[in-house]
Amino acid sequence: MRNYLVIIGKELHNLFVSPIAYVVMGVFFALSGYVFYMILASVIEFTVQQAFQSQQFGTSPPAFDATAVTLRSFFGAISTFLLFLVPMMTMGVFAEEKKRGTIELLFTSPVTHLQLILGKFTALVVLLLVMLVPTILNSLLLYYLSEPTPPLAPMLVGYLGAFLLGGTLLAVGLFVSSLTENQIIAAVITFGVFFVLWLIDASAGTGTTLINETLRYLSILNHYQDFTIGILDSQHLVFYLSLIFLGLFLTSVSLGSAKWRQ
Amino acid sequence: MIRAEHLTKRYGWHTAIEDVSFQVEKGEVLGFLGPNGAGKTTTMRILAGFFPASEGRAVVAGFDVFEQPLEVKRRVGYLPENPPLYEAMTVDAYLRFVASIKGVNRAAVGSRLLEVKARCGLEEEGQRLIKHLSKGYKQRVGLAQALIHKPEILILDEPTIGLDPRQIIEVRELIKGLAGDHTVILSTHILPEVSMTCQRVIIINKGKIVAVDTPENLTGQSASGAMLELEVGGAVENLDALLREFPQVRSVSLGEPQNAHRTVLVETEGEEDVRHLIAQKVIESGIELYQLKKKSVSLEEVFVQLTTEEEKGEKEEKEEREE
Repeated sequence: MRNYLVIIGKELHNLFVSPIAYVVMGVFFALSGYVFYMILASVIEFTVQQAFQSQQFGTSPPAFDATAVTLRSFFGAISTFLLFLVPMMTMGVFAEEKKRGTIELLFTSPVTHLQLILGKFTALVVLLLVMLVPTILNSLLLYYLSEPTPPLAPMLVGYLGAFLLGGTLLAVGLFVSSLTENQIIAAVITFGVFFVLWLIDASAGTGTTLINETLRYLSILNHYQDFTIGILDSQHLVFYLSLIFLGLFLTSVSLGSAKWRQ
Repeated sequence: MIRAEHLTKRYGWHTAIEDVSFQVEKGEVLGFLGPNGAGKTTTMRILAGFFPASEGRAVVAGFDVFEQPLEVKRRVGYLPENPPLYEAMTVDAYLRFVASIKGVNRAAVGSRLLEVKARCGLEEEGQRLIKHLSKGYKQRVGLAQALIHKPEILILDEPTIGLDPRQIIEVRELIKGLAGDHTVILSTHILPEVSMTCQRVIIINKGKIVAVDTPENLTGQSASGAMLELEVGGAVENLDALLREFPQVRSVSLGEPQNAHRTVLVETEGEEDVRHLIAQKVIESGIELYQLKKKSVSLEEVFVQLTTEEEKGEKEEKEEREE
């Protein structure tokens, strides 16, 4: 347990003394803030337009859940930002250790590969939380200023989705980083893998064969949709958690853990 | 303390080391000598538990490296060829981190930190960022991290590389000071370093051990015989017979005359120093004696000899096969 905590501490130290964490956070905050403003502005404009029209024609305004639409678009945007930013967060995690030779220190210390991998992953998850949590302010604004007060649960489910998606991407990125000692290569391959996982259902078309269904199931975006509209389905939870497990397991294989008895 | 048995490491088709076996006793300083790419680093990495051997077994501090790597790693301090430093950390933060992952008791970290810093001459550098240190100081930090958990065994891969002459002497003194309490394996391709710091030398070439001995034995300064070099002039015709009268003389070889002087090589055996007897006899016989000295083969010569002999042997083998 102590080793695990020590690795987390060291990773966080490394992340937060390097400019990468701040750049990633800065870009994420700027983009998410701007996009939230854009979405909110267009939703408000649309509602006002609707109200104006219905007044003119004397009909009641169509049912339109402004809060839900805003949140849904907002979480959609967050997923896109994560797709681009996570490779920057994970590219150096193992690649840099290999390049600098510090991997020799870690591997010749009484630390198991499991402690090492989980420590590094947890540190990245902490960084992910540091990115996501401040954006709750946006949603809280929505929560307190909407009339009538919207339910809180869909909002939380949306955040859970973003968190799980981010965690999955981090686990995959961690694995790719363990394959090379070049950060750029790690980042590019991670991007590539993310895009494949993102768009894999496009090749599925509308067919209903087993292959089509499988391809659709493998798309990480498909599983995200339900979260953004506030639906918590255990099927998606299982999907993300298994992908996280798979990413960490592959990392352990690529580090050669299987060759050792620990 | 360390026992390597038939270690072999393959990377795909390439064999880095083959059938390497040796032992190191407690408190001993063992030198690993070999040209670049001979397999020194590979052997050390296996012993330190960085990667497992393809074949063979290594027992370090009583634990099998493969079966109980964590127990071994607790007892080994390892300095790789490039010191494994986190450049963005201060010296203190880095050493604290290493102390923690090496399992140093939380309460003892502070005192260990002070001790290794004093030992490695880093008292003033604690708050400096590692990336701002010179190469020599980085090497010291590397050494400090290897020592921080008071390991029984130290494995140092080229510990003096990249240092200036004064720092090299300091590091050698430091290593000498470690002998006794610690068992040390160090690798180098600088030969004088071995004779200065090590009690025993392993010469490794192309992944195989070609010699294991003390530096003294390897350089022919042992008690079991010596090589004498004489410079003589005048009538030297019967010098050969004259010297062979001594029972201690094994062989005599006369060189070609140069400026009316000749160099004679005399191989003796036994512990007795016969230089004065030979000098007396030569002078009595009327031969002019200009110089008489004990010839010591430098470790360089032994090294070159050992590492090329094998190549020659291999070549001959190849040629034979081709024929």
